[in-house]
Amino acid sequence: MTNSSDKTGLMRTFGRDGLLQIFLIANSFIMIAPIVIMVFSAFKPTMEIFRHPFTIPDFTDLSNFVAIWTDTNFVRYFFNSVLITGSAIFAILVLGTLAAYALGRYAFKGSSFILLFFLAGLTLPLKLAVIPLFVLMRDLGLLDTQLSLILIYVAMGLPSAVFIMTGFIRSLPGELEDAARMDGASELRIMWKIMLPLTRPAMVIAAINNLVPIWNDFFFPLIFLQNDDLKTLPQGLTGFMGEYTTNWGVLFAGLTFAAAPITILYIVLSRQFISGMTSGAIK
Amino acid sequence: MPSFKPTRRGLWITSLIAPGLLVMILFVAYPIISALAYAFYDWNGLARGEFVGFKNFSDVLLREPYKSDIQNAFMNNVIVFFSLMVIQNGAAFLLAYALWREFPLARFHRIAVFLPVVLSTVIVGYLWKLFLNPVFGLVNNLLKSIGLTSLAQPWLGQPETALPALILVNAWHWVGFPTLIFLAAMQRIPGEIYDAARMETESEWVKIRKIIWPLVAPAATIVFVLQFIGSFNWFELPYVMEDILGSPYGHSDVLALYFYRLAFGGPSTGVADFGHGSAVAVLVFVFITAFAATMTVFLRRREIEL
Repeated sequence: MTNSSDKTGLMRTFGRDGLLQIFLIANSFIMIAPIVIMVFSAFKPTMEIFRHPFTIPDFTDLSNFVAIWTDTNFVRYFFNSVLITGSAIFAILVLGTLAAYALGRYAFKGSSFILLFFLAGLTLPLKLAVIPLFVLMRDLGLLDTQLSLILIYVAMGLPSAVFIMTGFIRSLPGELEDAARMDGASELRIMWKIMLPLTRPAMVIAAINNLVPIWNDFFFPLIFLQNDDLKTLPQGLTGFMGEYTTNWGVLFAGLTFAAAPITILYIVLSRQFISGMTSGAIK
Repeated sequence: MPSFKPTRRGLWITSLIAPGLLVMILFVAYPIISALAYAFYDWNGLARGEFVGFKNFSDVLLREPYKSDIQNAFMNNVIVFFSLMVIQNGAAFLLAYALWREFPLARFHRIAVFLPVVLSTVIVGYLWKLFLNPVFGLVNNLLKSIGLTSLAQPWLGQPETALPALILVNAWHWVGFPTLIFLAAMQRIPGEIYDAARMETESEWVKIRKIIWPLVAPAATIVFVLQFIGSFNWFELPYVMEDILGSPYGHSDVLALYFYRLAFGGPSTGVADFGHGSAVAVLVFVFITAFAATMTVFLRRREIEL
């Protein structure tokens, strides 16, 4: 047994909780400072970034962002990312909910095998199957189209969506459903009117779980898209960074512009984000 | 259970499952099985050539230059995996332990630790590449301004520091993920068990070893397996940080990057080679699956013993 008077040095000065506090504050600083410096630098001319990296800039000086808006394809990349991510998430939710509903609500032969087939996709790194995917897309005539990416993202996202939603749908009580069935409601009507509204929380979790990896993906656009007008934000960023190597103000503005949507969304919806993104791992 | 006629029931269930299943078969199962088939053919990237048996496999494992490139990339992946296990998870465990208590600003610290996780690897890679720039970068300027000029160096441009720099950037990017998984596991520890332990011992270390860790271990297993798969999929970070502005080429190469260059003819080879690329993909895939399965079984067994 240790006595508190035996504690020396730091422990005596701050106590255990005090030390943990300092540790947390230091960590939060390390996590946030680089992002804050990125945003600050986006509003500074290049020389100012080198001379005074930590000073608060004049936020009304938007010249770096104007350069992005007028000289680059960034706005286009942004809307491409919105279109691709939005379509993929929508399709994942529709197909995932239907499959999860069948797997979670009805007992039938082969259901556990089908569930296992979906779940196998959780651990398979689809990157390693990119050569056959490339050949498949070429044969389907989908190379250099955004549809090829949407299809791959749906395949990538379905396993976790089915996993999250099957578990949730199973946990819903059956009384309402049985009562409706007694009244002669059709299965379609029971699903649409009674069960799906109850599934909404799981849909939000599944959507966020897929939002971040799809929005941030770089590998598949790199292989499937050539046309600059079709490119996504992370992919467009690589060409942009290669082009403006000396103008750091514009480089930081590009990074800030690309990081802003998902960061703001995260800060506003942090609770949903954290539970959404970690729900694949905790069970 | 539904009372309607069996055939209609079957039709209804099939129509619910079929669309999703079709996507999975076409864009997951079929490509993965084909990758195996492709590895037995000679491919130049355009058309399938002749059947060559195990030649692609023996080439990439035994013949130069494949052999040493792959050994180098594989070793780098092993280094990445073990470094991240220690650095990232060590920090994550400490952070989870600190965040477990209700502090003022606990919610703020939780949001902060997870903030970089939502950023794309491309953004994180370029951001740190600018910070680590040898001449103008923030890191070297900071070192110089506090008098540690001798420590300033071209971090990404020399073999000894390139991979460690990438590993630290990756740890910064992802530490929030294991932190929150560990935290969630700790929050499930029943209060009575923890209070009972507090009566027994004051030593934090004993409490961590005897109570916290055994209860966090199941969650840790999942984190380790995901990190293992993730580290062998490591692509964006080395691609963004090492490829464009000149780097100690090859020294920080990892398997996924090597696979991409081999298959699609990146800057180094210039020609696409689907046959050898598929052989590498199949080998990596078999290795990941076998190791992840072993790890799951091994860690599960240990956790029961504890």
